Amino acid sequence: MSETGKIDIDYVAKLARIALSEEEKAKFSDQLGSILGYVEKLEELDTEGVEATAHPYPMENVWQEDVVSSELPVEGALRNAPKQRQNMIVVPKVVE
Amino acid sequence: MPTILRTNTQSYNFEGLGKMEYEAVIGLEVHVQIKAESKIFTRCRAGFGYEPNTLVDPVIMGLPGALPVMNKKALDGIIKAGLALNCRIPEVCKWDRKNYFYPDSPNNYQITQYDQPICEGGLVEIELSSDSRASMGEHKRIQLTRIHLENDVGKLNHFSEDSLVDYNRAGTSLMEIVTEPDMHSGEEAFALLTAVRQIMVYCGISDCDMEKGQMRADANISVRPVGQKELGSKIELKNLNSITGVKNGIEYEIKRQTRELKKGNTIVQATWRWDAEQGRTESMREKEDAHDYRYLPDPDLMPVRVDEEWKNRIQSEIPELPFDKQRRFFEEYDLPYTITSVLVPDRDLSDYFEAAAKQSPKMAQAIGNYVTNDLLRELSEAGQSLADCKVTAEHLLSLVSTVDKGTITKQIGKDVFLEMFKSGELADAVIERKGLKSDFDDDQVKAWCQEAIDENSKSAENFKSGNEKALNALLGPVMKKSRGKANPQTVNKLLRELIR
Repeated sequence: MSETGKIDIDYVAKLARIALSEEEKAKFSDQLGSILGYVEKLEELDTEGVEATAHPYPMENVWQEDVVSSELPVEGALRNAPKQRQNMIVVPKVVE
Repeated sequence: MPTILRTNTQSYNFEGLGKMEYEAVIGLEVHVQIKAESKIFTRCRAGFGYEPNTLVDPVIMGLPGALPVMNKKALDGIIKAGLALNCRIPEVCKWDRKNYFYPDSPNNYQITQYDQPICEGGLVEIELSSDSRASMGEHKRIQLTRIHLENDVGKLNHFSEDSLVDYNRAGTSLMEIVTEPDMHSGEEAFALLTAVRQIMVYCGISDCDMEKGQMRADANISVRPVGQKELGSKIELKNLNSITGVKNGIEYEIKRQTRELKKGNTIVQATWRWDAEQGRTESMREKEDAHDYRYLPDPDLMPVRVDEEWKNRIQSEIPELPFDKQRRFFEEYDLPYTITSVLVPDRDLSDYFEAAAKQSPKMAQAIGNYVTNDLLRELSEAGQSLADCKVTAEHLLSLVSTVDKGTITKQIGKDVFLEMFKSGELADAVIERKGLKSDFDDDQVKAWCQEAIDENSKSAENFKSGNEKALNALLGPVMKKSRGKANPQTVNKLLRELIR
């Protein structure tokens, strides 16, 4: 468990792939820290025997039957891509 | 399931590299696409071989405001897989986001199941290969950890300067079948994959065509000294994109790790890939990046509750599974292993065989022979599928009965089959049309036999003095005289009588 209100801003920035200046680091550290601190208030509650909930609304089994409706035309699908070739999105060479 | 359970620890020893024996421990992650018209969380078409980025919509492209909705067919499919692989299906499962940055996902997260998968545990019966194709290999049971459902991701095509992304595959319903570290050789992993594939195809869940990416596998491989309890450092081996690739890649990696350990080196946990062309494994990431996927419950998707009624309905749709069918074929039709091992992996072929064999179980072996030899050969030569075949199970039965009655010989039966395959006629029609029916009685056959004996007196003498093989030299001429229509059993019997 993290120390109340403390956050590893470098790690969070790395995970989010965001470059932060020292100033921003200090600013966001405080802001995120206070959010964490707020949420950690929940630790004060006794949750013994309370089932974990992923959704507050008691709704289950929301689905559709397997029937095809429609696709986006390829021009529309690629409209936001900064670069495209052969109807595919061009990205920097990345080998996972 | 059979009761033969044995821990098969295959050890790898290399002479001159030290006396210690090592064993490999292998776990597999098998990804299987569920066959469905539409994708898992949106109703845009799912398919392979379409023009790039034509099977996409706002949900697939992760456009703002787009909301995922589950596909009922995908849920039915994974429940079916879970029941067929002996998993527990918990009452409730939920969806989580796995966050990561990679261009294969426009959302920067994959929707998957983290702590509450839809299927837990499970057992897969596998058959290892035996020394001979004619005999059954050892059966084992491999433990599963879980099976969960997730969306497949887009495909990257790498070029020298950049990569191109096609999102057609993104959002396809994908199951991940996770095994326990329960296997010890490439062969066992191969057998597991084969068994899983057969069950998926039998149940109609997936076609498991690895060339189309419908089935993919990653392996976790570690090696430890025999007797050591703790697992060694594992290598995650990727790019095992064919069933033989799985076998070869794993075998190679086991040998490599064993060699390293024998040299006194340590294995560093990392991701490697199998290069099928070079026939070797290579490191992809020297040091495993500490992945932090920050799983969180997906707020857009509601949990799934699977009640007994749902499970029972799916259970009733599961056909007899391959090994159960094979055991029944041994029992009911007394088939040899070689015939069952060709029939059983193909559900349609088994059904075809059984449609004929059920009506005449005593001719089952002859039917099985025709199906696994003549029929398969002709289908393959004609490039036809069983569904287009003109020889129905009834037609085949008519042929086998005719041969059984002795109306035509086995050899002529083969020719009749070829005609039936071309024309779609019943056996009798072909025999009639081609005049293949024996048009002589046993007295005529007897006369031919006597002629043959007179013409080959030396062979007859040899047979008389105990050389069994000499009879063949007489059989041939008789068959020739009858233009192949005489029944070889009858000729054999008559020749023996006449010589004696």
